[in-house]
Amino acid sequence: MPQMATVEVSFTPLPAHVRTARLVATAVARRSGVDEALLDEVRLAVGEACSRAVEAHRLHCPAEPVRIALTDSAGRFEVEVTDTGGDGGDRGVTADGLTAAVAEPGGSPRLEHGLGLAMIAGLADDVQISESPGGVSIKMSWPAVGLGR
Amino acid sequence: MDLKLDHHTKDGIEVVDVEGEIDVYTAPRLRELLIELVNSGFYQLVVNMEKVEFLDSTGLGVLVGGLKRVRAHDGSLDLVCTQERILKIFRITGLTKVFGIHDTVDEAITARKAEK
Repeated sequence: MPQMATVEVSFTPLPAHVRTARLVATAVARRSGVDEALLDEVRLAVGEACSRAVEAHRLHCPAEPVRIALTDSAGRFEVEVTDTGGDGGDRGVTADGLTAAVAEPGGSPRLEHGLGLAMIAGLADDVQISESPGGVSIKMSWPAVGLGR
Repeated sequence: MDLKLDHHTKDGIEVVDVEGEIDVYTAPRLRELLIELVNSGFYQLVVNMEKVEFLDSTGLGVLVGGLKRVRAHDGSLDLVCTQERILKIFRITGLTKVFGIHDTVDEAITARKAEK
């Protein structure tokens, strides 16, 4: 049986709630003993993953909530953001791609999504992105000293 | 902390002061302001981010979009930022190569005037 998450949040897919998800994730990370210096990275990466999920839900299933599970275990603080908005379809964008998009008027409108994934990859200590026909799950983790739950 | 936006003209350049959090929820307001300024004929912009507490990829996208708009009029969009937590976001996305990033508004204006 999978381990129970320390804190789980599900929210309606509205941009206004992404901030709440960031605040909760940061509070639980702090409580789990994630180093203060890493909290900014947790806040940003969780925000990016939730923004991406909110966008996917708004396009495909606005009535379904976005789920985020925060787990403190074995010296790691783990965050899993799960959406049910179909198979992503937005892949990473490189810095060169961005520069090109700036140079080219009317460049990719999906720029921000690839940028978000690039930021998650740059921020989280460990990232696993899994896609299924039902949606995308982004699992990220950071070291935590494990102060208990 | 929500997003606070203000703007004023200094030495012929429009300075946009941004305070608070620029994220998926608030970024549309910054986008609207930048579009409004460009539509009003302001093509030389400096965005002061010294009081920005949080910036995500949506905010970066809005800044990149603003840059595209002013460039279409041979204009410029420079940034003012000394906060390490915000600068780091520009570095990991490679956007330090795209934007001129300065320590103060005066420095940004001087640099822009020198390039003209």
